[in-house]
Amino acid sequence: MRNLIVFIWKHNFFFLFLIIETFCIYLVVQNNFYQKASFVNSSNAASTSVLQTSAAIEEYFYLKTENENLAKENAWLKTQLIASKFVIMTDTHQVNKPKLHQKYVYTEAKVVNNSTSRRNNYLTLNKGSNQGVKKNMAIISSTGVVGQVQEVSDNFCTVMSLLHSKTTVSAKIKKDGSYGPLVWNGESYDYATLNDIPTHVKLIKGDTIVTSPYSLTFPENVLIGTVESFERESGKYFYTVKVKLSTDFKKLTHVYVVTNMFKEEQETLEKKTEESNKE
Amino acid sequence: MINEIIRNIIRFILLVLVQALIIKNIELGRFINPFIYVLFIVVLPFETPKWLLLVSAFVLGITIDMFYDTAGMHAAATVFMAYIRPGVLKLFSPRDGYEFGTQPTVQYLGVPWFLSYASILVVLHHLVLFYIEVFRFSEFFSTFFRVIISSIFTLLLIVITQYLFNRKTDTE
Repeated sequence: MRNLIVFIWKHNFFFLFLIIETFCIYLVVQNNFYQKASFVNSSNAASTSVLQTSAAIEEYFYLKTENENLAKENAWLKTQLIASKFVIMTDTHQVNKPKLHQKYVYTEAKVVNNSTSRRNNYLTLNKGSNQGVKKNMAIISSTGVVGQVQEVSDNFCTVMSLLHSKTTVSAKIKKDGSYGPLVWNGESYDYATLNDIPTHVKLIKGDTIVTSPYSLTFPENVLIGTVESFERESGKYFYTVKVKLSTDFKKLTHVYVVTNMFKEEQETLEKKTEESNKE
Repeated sequence: MINEIIRNIIRFILLVLVQALIIKNIELGRFINPFIYVLFIVVLPFETPKWLLLVSAFVLGITIDMFYDTAGMHAAATVFMAYIRPGVLKLFSPRDGYEFGTQPTVQYLGVPWFLSYASILVVLHHLVLFYIEVFRFSEFFSTFFRVIISSIFTLLLIVITQYLFNRKTDTE
């Protein structure tokens, strides 16, 4: 130790120079934008390549879930094919080819902006009025319900996410069809609350919740989530169900915009009925 | 001694002002940026303590940095130059050392000696400065060209100021 001090003292000129020069270089790198940027870049060349490699490897872990999602969706789509329906129909009836009208049209869209941490969350998609997107259209992903179109520009639209205080989705218990409004209480991005389920329904944890047929925007039987827990508040005849959402809102990349071809017809008819009732 | 310190402080202020107010505003072309303020370090007396050399170089560099908005660049170059100075002085020292009370100026040691001594310091200073400013080696030769041209102009200015201002010390 003493020798070290003697050594430093002997070469004090050099060490003083080293200290001051280091401080100068520190100032240069800290305070000059160009040097800062290029210093950080060059020293990060190593770390970025490591990160890139790890991201590339990580992709393979997601590949499995991504593949599963795609396979499930493929299976679902195949069952929807006219061909598969047609065969059954001919077996039973032999005649009458049923007239099938297209009711829902799916348009693929990419999520370009997303939030999950606020009370009212929005997404932005890369499809707009030029691609036929209109207000209030339903947005679903391959794993479940996402939200509803709020505003539309030429090439983009914003989506009021399911994670929004004003979103209400008409949902039902898949096994017996009892339905109620599903809302988000703002606590966690993977849980929502389903209200007004009558107490005679025998609920089990893990029951599937899907969209009800009474929604104008959402197609029927789109997955929403599963029952996590349920409770009956004292004095009420309804369950409040905590639903684990099937869509991971943090990982959304591709979604579908759903167009209901009969929406206007249904709407005008219902409006007409209401008006005639008023008279 | 006190007289010497005051003279150096005045020289410091004058050089900073000349550099920041006059030379900074003269556009001599893209490659030419003379930095006359290094004269302060060049002509400090031989007896200056080494630590004081570094500290005054740092203060000088930082002051110039303030005017040029280049935090640390001039300071780094000037401190480096001050660090090199004792070695260069040793390299060019006469057989029996420097006379006490003299300064490394044209008046005491002549033009050839002063030019070779000052040019090494100035070129080194400019080298460090310009390469820190550019901060990459891809423009190595254009930067080197700038260093050489600017050094020549700085040396020219230094020698001229030597003749202009140091006559007084001769008559004293």
